[in-house]
Amino acid sequence: MGLKAGLEIHQQLDTKRKLFCNCPTELRSTSESTYEMCRHLQIAESELGEIDRAALEEAQVKRRFIYKGYDTTCLVENDESPPLPLNPEALDIALEVALLLDMVPVDEVHTMRKIVIDGSNTAGFQRTAFVASDGKISTDEGIVHIDTLCLEEEAAQKISEDVGGVVYSLDRLGIPLVEIATKADITTPQQARIVAEHLGMILRSTGKVKRGIGTIRQDINISIAEGARVEIKGVQTLGMIGTIIEREVLRQVNLLKIKDELKRRGAKHVKTEIIDVSDVFASTQCSMIKKALKNNAVLAVKLTSFGGLVGREIQPGRQFWDELSDRAKRFVGRVFHTDELPGYGMTNAEITKLKKKVHAAPDDGIIFVAGERSKANLALNAIIQRANEALEGIPEETRKALEDGNSAYMRPLPGAARMYPETDVLPVPISKELVKKIQRSLPELLHERKERYIREYGLNDELAGLIACSERAPLFERIMTLGVSPTLVVRTLTATISELSKDGVPVQLLTEQHFIGVFELISANKMAKEGIPSLLRALATKPSKTASTTVSELGLETLSKEDIEKLIIEIVESKRDFIKERGTDAVKPLMGLIMEQVRGKVDGELVSTVLKEKIAKAMGEV
Amino acid sequence: MKVGDRVKIKRGNITHTGIVMPSKGDFIVLKLDNGYNIGIKKDAKTFILEKEKKIVPKKTSAPPINPSLPTVSILSTGGTIASKVDYRTGAVTSQFDVEDILRAIPELGEIANFKGEVIYNILSENMRAEYWQTLARAIAAEIEGGADGVMITHGTDTMGYTAAALSFMLITPVPIVLVGSQRSADRPSSDNAMNAVCATKVATSDIAEVTVVMHATMSDDYCLIHRGTRVRKMHTSRRDAFHSINARPIGKVDYATREIETFVEYKKRGEQKLMIKDHIEPKCSLVKFYPGADPSIVDHYAARYKGLVIEGTGLGHVSTEWVPHIEKAVKKGVHIVMTSQCLGGRICDLVYDTGRDLLEAGVIEGGDMLPETALVKLMWILGRTDDPDEVRTLMRKNIAGEISGL
Ligand SMILES: [Zn+2]
Repeated sequence: MGLKAGLEIHQQLDTKRKLFCNCPTELRSTSESTYEMCRHLQIAESELGEIDRAALEEAQVKRRFIYKGYDTTCLVENDESPPLPLNPEALDIALEVALLLDMVPVDEVHTMRKIVIDGSNTAGFQRTAFVASDGKISTDEGIVHIDTLCLEEEAAQKISEDVGGVVYSLDRLGIPLVEIATKADITTPQQARIVAEHLGMILRSTGKVKRGIGTIRQDINISIAEGARVEIKGVQTLGMIGTIIEREVLRQVNLLKIKDELKRRGAKHVKTEIIDVSDVFASTQCSMIKKALKNNAVLAVKLTSFGGLVGREIQPGRQFWDELSDRAKRFVGRVFHTDELPGYGMTNAEITKLKKKVHAAPDDGIIFVAGERSKANLALNAIIQRANEALEGIPEETRKALEDGNSAYMRPLPGAARMYPETDVLPVPISKELVKKIQRSLPELLHERKERYIREYGLNDELAGLIACSERAPLFERIMTLGVSPTLVVRTLTATISELSKDGVPVQLLTEQHFIGVFELISANKMAKEGIPSLLRALATKPSKTASTTVSELGLETLSKEDIEKLIIEIVESKRDFIKERGTDAVKPLMGLIMEQVRGKVDGELVSTVLKEKIAKAMGEV
Repeated sequence: MKVGDRVKIKRGNITHTGIVMPSKGDFIVLKLDNGYNIGIKKDAKTFILEKEKKIVPKKTSAPPINPSLPTVSILSTGGTIASKVDYRTGAVTSQFDVEDILRAIPELGEIANFKGEVIYNILSENMRAEYWQTLARAIAAEIEGGADGVMITHGTDTMGYTAAALSFMLITPVPIVLVGSQRSADRPSSDNAMNAVCATKVATSDIAEVTVVMHATMSDDYCLIHRGTRVRKMHTSRRDAFHSINARPIGKVDYATREIETFVEYKKRGEQKLMIKDHIEPKCSLVKFYPGADPSIVDHYAARYKGLVIEGTGLGHVSTEWVPHIEKAVKKGVHIVMTSQCLGGRICDLVYDTGRDLLEAGVIEGGDMLPETALVKLMWILGRTDDPDEVRTLMRKNIAGEISGL
């Protein structure tokens, strides 16, 4: 089949400041927005008079962009002020990632302006800089080359979109990110997943990248023999990469079949003959058309030889029709086609009339749209264009990953030539000394760290992996110097914390010192491990306190062995009759009774041993 | 190896292929095939693959004339209202031809027919008083030639000075509009297009005055129409940098509807006959007083200049030390005008002793004129007369909306 795929990973960096201004890299809620502005973007023409095809498509709809700003955004995000110099912290992280991937940094980094006119960058361009090239990673299925690593600004977050315009939030704009692109060396869906996982592991190994939903995005370039290069954007989970590739291969195979079928039918280029068919629906019962007809028109176009193909499935749950209607979505809400009729209140009589009106043969399909004339025209023209592309094969497109692994049209694949230098930012030389310094302090990779934890602390595979990949790995290693149980520490730092968090405890307020304090108490036998959750809960609620003062306030200090014995003797005395009746079966209920009183203050095993001993003694005395 | 050549550069085990870009310093700048520029140390091994290919840009033809639309003359002074980016080389070039401007901002063609001429191609900080004269004459020629309005593209830094100079030099029957862009015209977000569209609307309106038309807010929603003598650039980079000081703007232009709304009285189209009074005396200067400023500053100017505008503190003050130096200068025949570094509000030298001393010393109160406008006005007046009483009378008189009634 000749599958060739490449990955492009976008990872946000966890820097203090944004890439070209001093604003924090902090996400905000739109309800906190303190100002708003609206803009339009125009396309600049190149010297050769060529306009980028993706840019041209964007510009066809003169859109209004509304930006929400915050007290954490500034004139740079607003495109009202020149940028500050490239953030050196971000460049250091980019170099660190590059060196971990065996890449070669350039001698001098130049920031470029990359034209993006969907509104996601207030300037109409994204600032991006080429940092390193020529790396590689090895997989079982062969070497995958890492082509480029670029350091760039994150785009603004899209909040909503309607006819009035697109609303973006400026908080995310300008957060540094690295874009890592592999060569199209990937030949199977499984390999793609392994490569993506490996890249993710390397990025997290730095400990300097952002985590959580939306902080890493995968784009995939896919082509098959005789197919076309298609870029699928916004794959949110690694698990979906395989499915996305399989589904895209399926789509391309099915589109090639449609092309062959059209060829067999002798299909010619669809003519741009848009016909007003409003009179066909003059007394229609279809509410959508009825409503539109009040002020507007129904326009139709005949797709010669496309009859029956429009409704053909090309991906599970997606038809060729979706390919066509995706193109019209930016202009109108709903487009109809004869393959889906009768329905929506339209009658067979109306369909017959419609076919007659446009002189359709049985092999033909008809597309029609009800709405404002100019927009309906744009919509139908977009559909005609896509239909004609089907005669040629598969169009090169940028597509959006859907949750089920399918994809939807976004825009044409952008041409290469739409970058020019960002003259407001000086180039940054990368000295040999800096590269050496970063090389010397490269972090341990997460999978190496996991192996070491298994080796050094005797953790099992699961727990070692869990803590090695956790942000708390350095804390874990510090706590291990206290001589406490590794398993207990891992469980506390992972499971216990997430349970408390689910319970609504503000665990983010717990400091490293809190955890160290807790395990110092454990290490000195001053409290039992059962008390850890209660103690952490109390510390998270009052983070100004220390572990040692809180433990006594809660009365969680360990009871001495004498105290425990005394308590057990008292209970055994008072339950003498019960013991007489049940014998050794009395251990379990009595154990419960005692633990109710001392939970968290004492090790359960100790209670059990003493209790058994005392019961045996009591029985002996009978 | 020359700029424009396609080369292969070897660095250790890797190679980069691309086009050589202009560069200064220790690095070769290479534009890679993926569009990025990178810097490579000059000691790397280089192989020329292909000599520079010169690509001649296609010349565009003039758009057809629409006889139902008015004609606007665009005069360029160097301020960029349209740019072209060559993504092949990354070069940005300013566009001055009417055809190119219309290609960059096609909406303009819906409002007017255009003629164009490049008067200067300079950075606005390189403007000079003599250039205002040339520009005024060129504008007069366009109006005589039948232009329904004149639009001047100008760098924003000194746009206020030029606007003030033209306000004094020209009595006009048609609108004369200065326009520019705060954010470079190469960027898709530039304010150039909206400013040019709104300026063209004003140039075809009945507001027959010298105005500056620029963004009113950070948004692309509307432009303000500022009177040329009252406008000042108040921010280094924001779109809404231009403000009318001590006066309301003449009006606004809505970008979406292209409708003009006016706020104050103005001279109407055809109300006055064209007249040019382009006399100027460039030997004038503007000095800002600051605490402890040496009074010999005044002597320095008195020895070399004919007129001096002082940006005094508050209501129009300088230190007591300065008063005798000013008195001496005035006696020598230097015309000294007081304005305020507060910008907002008017001069009143009757409130405090220093002020009264200054009046006695012969200082002319600049009312609520902007210091820069007062300077331009003083140059213009001194170009015509040196008579102290006449200079004083004219400085205090409202000639082009620059000063409020006292
Ligand atoms: Zn900022």
